[in-house]
Amino acid sequence: MIELIVYGIVLGSIISLGAIGLTLIYGIVRFANFSHGDLMSAGAYVALFMVTGVLSWIGVPATTFGPLSFGWRMVIAFPVSMLAVAGVAILFDQILYRKLRQKGSGVVIFAMSSLGAAFILRMIILILWGADSLFYKPGLMRPALQLPMGIKIRPDQILILFVVFILIGLLHLFLQNTKMGKAMRATADNMELALVSGINTEKIIIWTWGIGGAMAAAGGILYGIDVQLHPYMGWNFLIPLFAATILGTIGNMYGALVGGLVIGVAQQVSTAFLMPTYKPAVAFIIMILILLFRPKGIFGENSK
Amino acid sequence: MTILKTEGITAGYTKVDILHEVNIRLKSGEIVSVIGPNGAGKSTLLKTIFGILKPREGNVTLKNEDITGLKPDRIARKGISYVPQVDNIFPSMTIQENLEMGAFIRNDDYSQRLDEIYDLFPILKERRKQKAGQLSGGQRQMVAMGRALMVDPRVLLLDEPSAGLSPILVSDIFEKIIEINETGVSIIIVEQNAREALKMANHGYVLAMGKNVLDDKGDALLTNEEVGRLYLGG
Repeated sequence: MIELIVYGIVLGSIISLGAIGLTLIYGIVRFANFSHGDLMSAGAYVALFMVTGVLSWIGVPATTFGPLSFGWRMVIAFPVSMLAVAGVAILFDQILYRKLRQKGSGVVIFAMSSLGAAFILRMIILILWGADSLFYKPGLMRPALQLPMGIKIRPDQILILFVVFILIGLLHLFLQNTKMGKAMRATADNMELALVSGINTEKIIIWTWGIGGAMAAAGGILYGIDVQLHPYMGWNFLIPLFAATILGTIGNMYGALVGGLVIGVAQQVSTAFLMPTYKPAVAFIIMILILLFRPKGIFGENSK
Repeated sequence: MTILKTEGITAGYTKVDILHEVNIRLKSGEIVSVIGPNGAGKSTLLKTIFGILKPREGNVTLKNEDITGLKPDRIARKGISYVPQVDNIFPSMTIQENLEMGAFIRNDDYSQRLDEIYDLFPILKERRKQKAGQLSGGQRQMVAMGRALMVDPRVLLLDEPSAGLSPILVSDIFEKIIEINETGVSIIIVEQNAREALKMANHGYVLAMGKNVLDDKGDALLTNEEVGRLYLGG
């Protein structure tokens, strides 16, 4: 049981990375981005392309670090993929969503367009890499560490938690202490007044997509390291992402973090009672329950 | 000397014009009050001056520069600040952060300006770490004005600063507005609270149905019989 909770925290931390981007985009660009899961997949596959393609061609050694399942290639591929997916997210905004904003389109149009963007991303992945599961390092299974209380955890998973912790910490510092971060929060709070204060909200929107895309990419790669890569991995994450976002109150980054952890743990713990194939349904049930009984989420009291 | 004027402003929302050829003139260092019944187009006038709405006809001139149709962030950089009537703070941010956002377009060191704002509103300094959304109506209004003042504007546009405040707070806020004016900021204030607004105004304008009806010195309008009957409650 404790082991399932630990695995749940690992999964939840990955969900959190996606949910934070989703909630930031909802708070600032003001629509539910259905392509967010596929941005996670895109991140995982860009990193795969770097690890097995570009970096092997230019001769970066494939050696791995001690007990971990990856090495220098992944260290390089990780930030490159984050930047690339940030670019993809911004590109979609500029060629698609910005046009809709200028037209004053309704939220449903935005949501449907993002669903279209999701299909485009997934089809590109299917065309380039096929429909099979892939691994960054096939055939390499590192032994799990034995922790007290019979917890087995792989060194990779400890590193995943560490990376998520660092990324969220950096984002927190950015939002709390930098001029651009504060302007992002101001825009999420009151877009009209942000404009009135001379903040270029279009620029803020670009930053938001960039950060959301980069965080999603990180989540996708970490899931790829923990489990496997699959063209539908991001799509399958979509329900947990939305559940985490709604649970943590839409627009609240810290809520998304907590929401992600709760959903991750609930999904893993459920496998003790249910078949693992029902995992996505657990997130779905939690989402429905929140919407029925606490539609503003756990941090919803102070909202306007 | 005229610092800001509108000439023949016709503006409104899609298809419906709310303002019809409105002319306003603000002299440097003065306060202009715009009064009139609900729906007269007073708020629309401020939004048009600040570039939130684009006028269909007419011009807005700052000093000798035509600023008609510029975007709000450009107009803010020209030295005009605007305080909306509602939703005029960032509720989940602290007071200090609200003021910092007011200085967003400044790239210089604005700490001295911040101190000046805190001198003007000492209560804000005391509570600077508190979230603006938790404040009372009067204090929110102070945050809103403080935010607008951070850029050291030449012209301040105030949309109904007394709306929703108790009578004691109203006179507090109006005193602060006079203090702000005394530091050299020219002010256009739009008000329902016509008597108070005219008392402190150098010049007043009466708008009705989106048109200029009357304009005169503030005290002259206060004693004007028709204005008294229609807008000052007898």
